[in-house]
Amino acid sequence: MILSGWGRFPRVECPLLEVRHEAEIAAAIAGSRSIIARGNGRAYGDAAMNPAATLSMRRLSRLIAFDEATGLLACEAGTLLVDLVRLFVPRGWFVPVTPGTKFVTVGGMIAADVHGKNHHVAGAFGDHVLWLDLMGADGAVRRCSREVEPDLFWATCGGMGLTGVVLRAAFHLVRIETDLIRQVTHKAANLDEAMTVFESNGDIPYSVAWIDCLSQGERLGRSLITLGAHATANAVREAGRRPFDGAAPKRALRVPFDAPGFALNRWSVKAFNALYYRRGTPGTALVPIESYFYPLDGLLDWNRIYGANGFVQYQFALPKAAGREGLRNILTRIAKHGSGSFLAVLKLFGAGRGFLSFPVEGYTLALDFPATVANFNLLTTLDAMVAEAGGRIYLAKDARSASATVLGGYPERARFSALRDRVDPGRRFASLQSQRLGL
Amino acid sequence: MTDKTTLSPVLVLGATSDIGMAVAHRCAESGADLILAARASERLEGDAQDLRLRHRIAVDVVEFDILADVPGAWIDRLPRLPEAVVCVVGLLGDQAASTRDGAAAERVMTTNYVAPALLLGEFANRMEARGSGVIVGVSSVAGDRGRASNYVYGGAKAGFTAFLSGLRARLSRTPVRVVTLKPGFVATKMTAGMTLPPLLTAQPREVAEATWKALQGGRDVIYVRPVWRLIMSIIAMVPEPIFKKMRF
Repeated sequence: MILSGWGRFPRVECPLLEVRHEAEIAAAIAGSRSIIARGNGRAYGDAAMNPAATLSMRRLSRLIAFDEATGLLACEAGTLLVDLVRLFVPRGWFVPVTPGTKFVTVGGMIAADVHGKNHHVAGAFGDHVLWLDLMGADGAVRRCSREVEPDLFWATCGGMGLTGVVLRAAFHLVRIETDLIRQVTHKAANLDEAMTVFESNGDIPYSVAWIDCLSQGERLGRSLITLGAHATANAVREAGRRPFDGAAPKRALRVPFDAPGFALNRWSVKAFNALYYRRGTPGTALVPIESYFYPLDGLLDWNRIYGANGFVQYQFALPKAAGREGLRNILTRIAKHGSGSFLAVLKLFGAGRGFLSFPVEGYTLALDFPATVANFNLLTTLDAMVAEAGGRIYLAKDARSASATVLGGYPERARFSALRDRVDPGRRFASLQSQRLGL
Repeated sequence: MTDKTTLSPVLVLGATSDIGMAVAHRCAESGADLILAARASERLEGDAQDLRLRHRIAVDVVEFDILADVPGAWIDRLPRLPEAVVCVVGLLGDQAASTRDGAAAERVMTTNYVAPALLLGEFANRMEARGSGVIVGVSSVAGDRGRASNYVYGGAKAGFTAFLSGLRARLSRTPVRVVTLKPGFVATKMTAGMTLPPLLTAQPREVAEATWKALQGGRDVIYVRPVWRLIMSIIAMVPEPIFKKMRF
């Protein structure tokens, strides 16, 4: 079957093994010289693809236990985040960390050690995992945590499936009083203003900035910043609403066909960005949890907007030491290139824990680019700038980077390799990405 | 979630199958308690727990072997007489084996017709006595006409379809309803590895949705994908001298 990541680039023939039980996973591992687990295929690039054998974990999606008193949830790795959101939000619980789409599996969230808009206060998803069960190359299942097999645990959180197959995991849900987010929107005329807003609101749990990447000079980094927190029951009642009105999200629309390549160009994107910025109204609003965290999930198959050739999402993180200067240099380069994207998202990161976890204390910026030669050339330039600033590239989004630039950004990769030497010396767990990067 | 249904509990016969599990999830979504029945029922414990946690319903798991259990005695052992019974028990078998080997053919015939008919007949009697209940039998379009490539399975399903039809007629003046569901091709474990035309192939989830609708009332005979009703009416009209020479 032809598989691809969410970016639809690259596309490669990979046998997809649809397993249902642990015994079938063990048999698949034993029967393949090379294999990788795949969740819901939301990694953008080639991380969950292996032309020898790709293991679909989607059918292992059962909840195992839930403690109403503490919020501790145990479930199988193929459980979808959308199911957890739909089931538990009305009961007053939310996941401690969520990525920008709910169409991911728990196993995928662990493998990519996903972060959310609250990384600066809550850390990444792995920071909330109490334990996980991992099936190794030998077919044996090991339960690992911070206390038991901590190296295996921290290699697996963010390890892109290269340490084995996550079978199930336990993590704490957090209490919410309402199913609404109190959102405050700020406009920032440039990067400095945006940074000031971030830094003076460090205690607000959720924060993210949308940057107009085509603005240059004085207006470089012109952005809308949304700060959010779970609304309290009192605040919601004062606004004349019920804490859980369970407003069903609007029926999702679907992008029915691939947009032609010319639909997105310098001018159309520039017009869109200008409109988006102008329409952004500063102020406070109560927003349903799903529209706050998953705005693009309302548009199913939105990846088709970028046309049949697919697109890449480019996300990098710069350490604090690189400072605003590092970010400014890169933004200037992108603005000059002129091929902006719908999404250019900036946020502040706290420190990361996993050996290959993406977050590093500093800043992160994410952008989409249609997969064209000109854009790939720009990204190669950006790779070098990121590397020079001591930054790193997010493996869950990467589809094309050269090995040296990526690996250079992850100083703990030696520990990661050493651990794999111990648990999987034959490197049975591998993906197109790990082969491309020599990881 | 919609309001909690009064159609509860629902008994799913053959709950380890993909269709059975999809039906269980659909009923649970609307708040129905469940009794899950299958062979080697310990395999169902994980799913039962998942259903309880997801939908906060009561789920019982009972051991059930359609080829071994005696209908009356087995029903007596249930925690209670269910409000609805959905029978998705079936065995496709291997037509070549069924042609050569009488025992293999008998297994297909018993699993698809004799045993489910006897069991549902017993449920029907008890529901009639109680004055309420719905029975959904999952039959097959294969039973609409015998084909060279799967007539042992098709013959058994034809018997099951006719049985359900008669049972429905008998109970038509009582509050008990009998529904025949014909899924057409479904993408399941049973059909894994076959090349199926996508437009004619339903997902287990669609069969479950059709089953849930059937439980609520309405039609007596349901083709999950309506196109199958058309296809099967055409196939039924082909004269036998021509039909017998067709290879499909």
